[in-house]
Amino acid sequence: MLEIRNLTVKIADEDKQILNGLNLTVNDGEVAAIMGPNGSGKSTLSYVIAGKEDYEVLDGEILLNGENVLEMEADARAAAGIFLAFQYPLEIPGVATMTFLKAAMNAQRKARGEDELLTPDFIKQVNAAADKLGIAKDMLRRPLNVGFSGGEKKRMEILQMALLSPSMCILDETDSGLDIDALRIVAEGVNALRAKNRSFLVITHYQRLLDHIVPDTVHVMSKGRIVKTGGKELALELEKSGYAAYGEAA
Amino acid sequence: MAIVTPLKTAAEQQLVQQYADSKAALPGGPAVRALREQAFAGFEARGLPHRRLESWRYTDLRALLREARPLAGAGVATAAVEARLAALGLEGLRLVLVDGIFAPDLSSLDAIPEGVSVQSLAEALAAPREGLDRVLSGPSVAADDAGLMLNTALMRDGVFIEIAEGRELAQPIVIVSLASGEEERAVFHRSVVLAAQGSRATIVEVSEAAGAAAQQINAAIVFETGEESEIQHVRIVTRQQAATVEVQSLLATVGAQAKFDSFALVANAGTVRQQHFIRFAGEHSEIGLRGVNLLGGAQHSDVTLVVDHEVPHGTSRELFKTIAGGQSTGVFQGKVIVRPHAQKTDGGMKSNALLLNDGATMYNKPELEIFADDVVCGHGATVAQIDGEQLFYLMARGLPRPQAEALVLQAFAGEAVAFVADENLRDWLMREVEAWLKAREAASEVSTV
Repeated sequence: MLEIRNLTVKIADEDKQILNGLNLTVNDGEVAAIMGPNGSGKSTLSYVIAGKEDYEVLDGEILLNGENVLEMEADARAAAGIFLAFQYPLEIPGVATMTFLKAAMNAQRKARGEDELLTPDFIKQVNAAADKLGIAKDMLRRPLNVGFSGGEKKRMEILQMALLSPSMCILDETDSGLDIDALRIVAEGVNALRAKNRSFLVITHYQRLLDHIVPDTVHVMSKGRIVKTGGKELALELEKSGYAAYGEAA
Repeated sequence: MAIVTPLKTAAEQQLVQQYADSKAALPGGPAVRALREQAFAGFEARGLPHRRLESWRYTDLRALLREARPLAGAGVATAAVEARLAALGLEGLRLVLVDGIFAPDLSSLDAIPEGVSVQSLAEALAAPREGLDRVLSGPSVAADDAGLMLNTALMRDGVFIEIAEGRELAQPIVIVSLASGEEERAVFHRSVVLAAQGSRATIVEVSEAAGAAAQQINAAIVFETGEESEIQHVRIVTRQQAATVEVQSLLATVGAQAKFDSFALVANAGTVRQQHFIRFAGEHSEIGLRGVNLLGGAQHSDVTLVVDHEVPHGTSRELFKTIAGGQSTGVFQGKVIVRPHAQKTDGGMKSNALLLNDGATMYNKPELEIFADDVVCGHGATVAQIDGEQLFYLMARGLPRPQAEALVLQAFAGEAVAFVADENLRDWLMREVEAWLKAREAASEVSTV
């Protein structure tokens, strides 16, 4: 379970405050959507949960299963079960995708006190997960995300999510840059990972993604806070009325 | 105008004395003697290169060599030398220099393939040979360099390799140069590779210290490559004492429709100045000069190169990657000259550096001197820190910071290593890179910029 209490955050090197006392709870197995206009702080929220250093937390806490993660570095948060699917996955030239996947899986296993994966088991797991997401072997042989299309990058994020098996998945604008077919593949990949012990925080501008990944709850974010919470019908309502009612233009 | 006669430094005076004392015993017939005399006179007029010379601006040899060490002795195969050779575990043709002196007993001369001849440099210098002057002098753009003059004057030994026309060597020829000394000495050696028309070979040079003392090394390697030849040169300079001062000159004259590639890795080597003087002697040739410098502590690596497009239709590529931590200094000075009639030249030069903390320094100085009007030439030089976004991405997947940094740095170096055609050599180079990164990781060093 993820509990965020009174989270107040500014950009480290500037005086600009982005999150203003945000409160949010995501229960085990819950799929929560956060919708909100540009600049409402959605991506900042996802980065702060994942442990990016460019921000300064002025107040509040982020509890994952009761443990405050704000003291942890990003790698420790990942090992604790947090996974951020990036809006813009990074290209890392020179790092082979398979090398990266193995290093990431083993680093998390090591942090949890488990043995390293044997190579044949690792390859088996990757191939099985890649098949489900329609990821070609050729893509796995390339340097990480280098020369991948927008859709391929997003599928690679979901592949990592499947392999690392996190308990708290954050999807930051996963629908951006995807055509309808790619969106469907990615959404199916996410839906396949829904489980009792795994929660999702789905951050998006648009209702469109939520047609494919149907949320249990929808939160509206505005000016760095959650201003309204409802069921999945809230997303449809927003699609019609826009964000103007929440004090911001869309 | 007043004529100023510069005062000689202690080291310069010692070098004058050493040359006077040793020249009678240095190998070579009358022509070589004349060449040595001329070179030493040139050196004496110039003195040790210093920072007021543009080409030595960032590596002040005069200041670095406060004392010229005594010339190294006969080159004894100590237990440490033999242990180091065993650890290298080289197969195929291995030619060993101990303190710059060719050691046939330590070399695997029974592995000399057909069509390849190997002599010691001393033997080759003693025998009359047409054009030896030309070979030893190398490209004209090297003519003014006092560091090279010193090598010409004092070179004692090395290997002289000839590869016959059309020969394609399956395995690399490895020249291992080990310093044996437990005392600080000066070593002057030079090797020559003459690759005839259509030959293909890979020449590897390894420079390491087996002894405990820092050395003053002045080494050179000369390549003359024939038409349609393909020569790959790989140099690894590592495991040397921090106080080592090494000047490595690479002279290459490349024939028509030929390929010449050189790659150099410098890691844990002290102060190393590499200077490449490369000349296109025939049309439609391709030259690639690349390297990786891994620097920590107070180490210093200077790569200064001059590529002379003397003829049309030449292609040259340079790519150097420097990772600098501690208080180390990296230098890249690349000059590409395109002569007036060298039309259709295609040149691309890049130097990329990552600084790991505030104490490290990188000097990048790319230069293009283009006198022809129908050419494509470009250069790029960057100095940056490890990309924080890449680092966060890797850490968000669970990689601890030192491991995430190592992966990014390995990839950075790997981009240049990838150009080495021979897979075994690529693996060797990457093992050296990984060992350097592991040592850094073990010391829990992370970047602080």
